[in-house]
Parts: sequence; C-alpha cells; structure tokens
Amino acid sequence: MNPRRKKRLLAVTAIVFGVGAVIGLVLYALQENINLFYTPSELIEGKGPNKELPYIGQKLRIGGMVVPGSVVRDETSLEVSFKLIDTGPLVTIRYQGILPDLFREGQGIVAQGLLVEPNVIEAFEVLAKHDEEYMPAEVAEAVKGIKHEKPKYNLGSDY
Amino acid sequence: MWKWLHPYAKADRAYQLCNTLLPYFAVITVVCMIVGWVWGLAYAPADYQQKDSYRIIFIHVPSAILSMGAYSSMAIAAIVALVWQLRNAELAVIAIAPVGACVTAIALITGAAWGKPMWGAWWVWDARLTSELILLFLYLGVLSLYHAFEDKKAAGRAASILAIVGVINLPIIHFSVEWWNTLHQGASITKFNTNAIDPSMFWPLMLNIVAFAAFVGTVTLMRLKNEILQREKHRPWVRQLLNRG
Repeated sequence: MNPRRKKRLLAVTAIVFGVGAVIGLVLYALQENINLFYTPSELIEGKGPNKELPYIGQKLRIGGMVVPGSVVRDETSLEVSFKLIDTGPLVTIRYQGILPDLFREGQGIVAQGLLVEPNVIEAFEVLAKHDEEYMPAEVAEAVKGIKHEKPKYNLGSDY
Repeated sequence: MWKWLHPYAKADRAYQLCNTLLPYFAVITVVCMIVGWVWGLAYAPADYQQKDSYRIIFIHVPSAILSMGAYSSMAIAAIVALVWQLRNAELAVIAIAPVGACVTAIALITGAAWGKPMWGAWWVWDARLTSELILLFLYLGVLSLYHAFEDKKAAGRAASILAIVGVINLPIIHFSVEWWNTLHQGASITKFNTNAIDPSMFWPLMLNIVAFAAFVGTVTLMRLKNEILQREKHRPWVRQLLNRG
C-alpha cells in the first residue's frame, strides 16, 4: 500500500474508533436509562449499584411475566389486576382498559404507570412482550403442552 | 485480487459488469420472491399465539436484515472510496443509500403494523426501535449530505465519512435486545440448528431473505448504472452508447 493510501486508511480507522469510543462511553453512562423498564425484583430490591428505589408516585415502566392464576377481572368494569414476577418478589398491577391480544397468564408484558405503593402500580398502559419463539399450533401443543383452542366465533378462515 | 478488481475502477468496465450481473440478480429476485411470498403468506402454518398476524415476519425480518446489510455494504464502499479514492466506489455509496433508506422504512412500518395488535402500541421508544430509526436518519443524512454539495468530489467524501461513522450503529441495533431490556423480542434466527422458529416457518423466511437481498442488489445495480452514466455523460463511451441505442 502506498504511503498516501496508508495515511488515509489510518485516518479513517482513527475516526471510526474515536467516534466508537465516544458512543461507547455515552451508552455506558446512560446504561441505566436505556432500559425500557424495571423488573419486579429491581422495583422491590432497588436498581443499579446503589440499590436505588423508585419513590411513591413515580411514573415508571415495569416488565415481567404475568403470574398464572393472578388475573382478577372486575365483573362490571374493565378493571383488571394481576401480579408480575421475574425471579423473586411479586408486584401487583392495576389497570383499567383493553388488554392487548397477546396478554395472557404466563406471558411477558410491559406496563407503564404510577407507583402507588412500594409494590403496587396503577398502570395506564399495558403492552404485551412477545418472545422470539414461532411455531405452528400443533408443535406448540407437542412441545409446550399448550392446548390450542379454536375461537368460538366464525372467522371464515381455518385456524 | 487487486489485479482482478483493478479494471473495474474504470467507469465503462464497471458499467459492463453491472449489465452482466443484473439479469442474475433480477431472476433470483423474481423467483425467490414469488415462491417465498406464496409459501410464507399462504402455505406456512399459523403461529400458536399470534395466529396469522405473525406472517408479517416474512417482510419485516428480511427488510430489517437487509437494512443493516445494505448499510454495511455502503460503508465498505465508503472506505474504498476514501482510502483508494475510486470514484466508482463513491457512486456505489450514493447508489445504495436510497435503497437502504427504503428498506429501513419498510422494516419500521411493518414493525409498527405488527406492534399495534401484538404489543398494543404502534411505537415504543425502546433501544431496538430507536436505533433502527437512527439508521434511517443515517441513510437520509448520507443522501442529503451528498446532494448538499455543488462539488461532487467533496460531496462524495463527506457522504463517505458519514457512512463510515454510522457503522457504529450496526452493532448497537444488533445487540440492543441483549444489552438492554427492550419490548422488542430477541433474535429468532440465532444458532443454525436450534432456532427459536419452527422449520416450517424458517425455510420460507430464509427464501424471503434471499429474495430481499437479491432485490436490493438488483435495484442498487440499476441505480449504479444510472449514476455512472450521469457522472460520465461527456465521455466518448457514453455518447457512443447513447447514439447506438
């Protein structure tokens, strides 16, 4: 490689590494803020190296798995409450509104709302988090033991 | 290899190479896209949770992969353009940019359309979605930077530098779902034999990825031909070409 090209190649590499280092440091500094949500254990036990706890009334997002059997629906309104879990403690979510299609027990969800008690969140938005697994219903039945139920109404197409 | 590549630094040889490659890319695109779409959209089984809504994967995932693939090719062309100062490489950068921008936009739009019924939201500012949006802005930035300069030599250099700097975004997009908590799910196609996606859905998806790659290649080659002709329009070989046809 002739010296001029070598110099240009070095300059280009230097730019890339320089900017890379800058972005890397910025992301490192923002690490905690880029996370979309708290997990239930982070909410209860504190987050980050300083074990910072969110304060009551803070607006936050929480992500976890809906505990099977914990979903309680109100008979007369859209109010629903359920518990979220990741690895340890449970957090209760109260929500009023329509839940997304993928919301079900055992499913990962992300809720946004206000912390009203240390382990209770009054959510105004509930999003379902889908996992990366894609499979036909018969396979899911065989692998995971999930029973696939046909919808009761007629959609005109064959599920 | 240099000896083999060197002739293509000349515009007319590069133009001929585009002409030779174009039919292959076009045929692969048409065949794979028709088979892939019919297979994926009509014959692949429905997902156990998402039912038929998951079928957007056959457009969303290929376009998302290609948005990053196109960017890496653009960045490689930009490095060649800066270091070896080949004008054809500069033209390649500018030929890829709008194609990549479109593919990125397709990925974002199909993602939003899937997100509304599945997640319950069109858009969430999580790391994956945000970094993909930045990728779109990078493409648009490269394009507008190139067109902002009157002097095309300076324009090519500026656009190339931006394209190279933007490469840093690619690992961020790819690893965002592992580094941070995101709403976007992790990669389905990871280890070749233990995919999180069933083979009956995986193969049509693969075919669609090939189709999209060939499609991006086809459009890029066509655009590169145009760019070469436009840049060289006063050269004798272009005039000859125009007079003949």
